[in-house]
Amino acid sequence: MKQKELDGYQEFVKGIWRENPVFVQVLGMCPMLAVTNSAMNAVVMGVATFFVLVASSFMISSLQHWIPRQVRISLYIVIIATFVTLADYTILATLPAAHKQLGAFIPLIVVNCMILGRQEAFASRFPVKYAVLDAVGMAGGFLFAMLALGSVREILGTGTLFDIPLFGKGFEPWVTMILPPGGFLTLGLILLFFNWVTKKRGEFLQQVATEREGL
Amino acid sequence: MDNLIWIFVSALLVNNFVLAYFLGLCPFLGVSGRLETSLRLGMATTFVMVITAICAWFLNTYVLIHAPYLRLISFIVVIASTVQFIEMAIKKLSPALFKALGIYLPLITTNCAILGLAIFATNRGYGFLEGLTFALGAGAGFTLALILMAGIREEIEKTKDVPDLVQGTAMNLIVAGILSMAFMGFAGLFSAG
Repeated sequence: MKQKELDGYQEFVKGIWRENPVFVQVLGMCPMLAVTNSAMNAVVMGVATFFVLVASSFMISSLQHWIPRQVRISLYIVIIATFVTLADYTILATLPAAHKQLGAFIPLIVVNCMILGRQEAFASRFPVKYAVLDAVGMAGGFLFAMLALGSVREILGTGTLFDIPLFGKGFEPWVTMILPPGGFLTLGLILLFFNWVTKKRGEFLQQVATEREGL
Repeated sequence: MDNLIWIFVSALLVNNFVLAYFLGLCPFLGVSGRLETSLRLGMATTFVMVITAICAWFLNTYVLIHAPYLRLISFIVVIASTVQFIEMAIKKLSPALFKALGIYLPLITTNCAILGLAIFATNRGYGFLEGLTFALGAGAGFTLALILMAGIREEIEKTKDVPDLVQGTAMNLIVAGILSMAFMGFAGLFSAG
């Protein structure tokens, strides 16, 4: 089989928008919704996921020739769990307050289907350099999505962003937004917006193409 | 006894795993298209949850007090092997049920509700009976949410009024949001009494 031509820049950029893990592939939803009730929590969680994804992609990609196919999934899970434990204890030591708020959701990074999905679909097949670029792009896209959702929910739900008040005293917090239903509704609306932008962009490109043919 | 009932009802309704804790969303959004499959998946998940709760209790009591940093790795290994074991057992004992569950059985491993259950039970320091009740309640709650969602989605499909842009995950999420809002009503169940 001929090796697919790889372009490092493309592998990096695709995760941010075109194949964004959250908005397009709808992976890793559980932590996505559970911890985005404030922008700060979203960032801590996003960075932890970033670390785990990049580190395990690097590890698995470098070990790809030694991992037997039959036991690969279990091995991936054990490698991911090791890095998650590292991240968990690091956050506990450096940011105890954030660790308390995120609670059980840091260990749950292990079962984030986005991470296992990237190992299976990409890191285990391609050279280390591209695997790391792909992981950075995907994790960046995830962080971007977390931040978008966390900011919207915090601004509407408490009227602050990173604990800095944005509105005057007259602002009545929309409490539902920081409660579970707000997570579902906000992500639903963001997805809707994403679909709309993608559709409009497609239409625009098509229009340009037909105009060019006319000339 | 009161305590056990409280744990069960809390996991079933007030702190529903799917609608309040956002655990197990992948199967919730992925498999909730048909009523029948969601019921089966719910039952299989409940079963794995109960086994996991028992194993987690044993691990916590006898092994992990000596090495707490191994918690995550040992839990995930236990869950993966339990699912594998149950798969083999069901295949041997009841091929019909095995066929009916199909691909959903191995996929239970990556359901975050299971690992979440083990971690929550540990963090709250539940004993054996409490852990078991918690697992039953959480499993029943997961099944309930899945069935409700499947019912709504089947009805929506019949209307054919949904615009193309909204169809798929966006609509499912908004429906889930409304369901979750309805479940918030249960929060008053205990504070009033």
